[in-house]
Amino acid sequence: MSTGIDKTGIKIGMWLFLYSEILLFGGLFVLYAAYFYKYPEFFSEGGKELNRVIGAVNTVVLLVSSFTVAASITAVQRKAKKQAIGLLIFSIFCGVVFLVNKYFEWGAKFHHDIYPNSETLVSGEVGLNIFFGLYYVITGLHGLHVIIGMILLSISLVLVMAGKVTESKYSMLENAGLYWHLVDLIWIFVFPLFYLVL
Amino acid sequence: MDSQKNNHILSYTTLALVLGLLLVLTGVTVGVSYIDLGFFNVPVALAIACTKVTFVLLFFMHLRYEGPIINFSFIGTISFLLIMIGFIFFDVAFR
Repeated sequence: MSTGIDKTGIKIGMWLFLYSEILLFGGLFVLYAAYFYKYPEFFSEGGKELNRVIGAVNTVVLLVSSFTVAASITAVQRKAKKQAIGLLIFSIFCGVVFLVNKYFEWGAKFHHDIYPNSETLVSGEVGLNIFFGLYYVITGLHGLHVIIGMILLSISLVLVMAGKVTESKYSMLENAGLYWHLVDLIWIFVFPLFYLVL
Repeated sequence: MDSQKNNHILSYTTLALVLGLLLVLTGVTVGVSYIDLGFFNVPVALAIACTKVTFVLLFFMHLRYEGPIINFSFIGTISFLLIMIGFIFFDVAFR
């Protein structure tokens, strides 16, 4: 008999939670699609207001951090604790970079009086108001997920340091990693839909 | 009888190759967005995004090495998502 830890079961539990997340963001993307069909010209006008460079930089930051999280699991499996710690610290740092970029991006929009219920949006075109409404809801919810992901990665980091996550028992790190990859997945769709619409 | 079959170790090289591919595809999606393809801009962007997501799921999220329960339940979730998207498009497009 095994020692009683069902690793597959732990992972299935995490995946079930991820399915609910996929459907949550899926619903928001459906909303985006329906309004994009109704107001294509305003969505393209709104998309041009967004900073492509910051969007592209954030995409690269998230992709790289996804890679380092996946690599940290490999490191743990190979008993390379120091490598794993370094990779995790780098991943969390990437999360910080992402949020700082987001802060400047949102800050610039606020400065131009573009935020939910702002004078410019309320008295302006409906399509533009809807575009930025969706932009703030989806990127805001995504940002919240980045913060939660960073917390989960930090907990994993502490557990790796304390020797609680080892090559025979790393479900916590694995599940935190899965969550972090989900955050990356969502951003892969957010980036072209918001930043790159013509 | 401890089942160790899920402990597949991905090498750094494989992961780095996937990352490289993802970065190239990001470049492609940015590049394509500057070309006016008319109607096809959104489908092309979504096709590239789906390709990227597939690679993240298969390698970074280990879906390629999981057992049937996770694989089938994942496909089930995506099917329901597609049903939701599909029916809403029928509604919106032919209203």
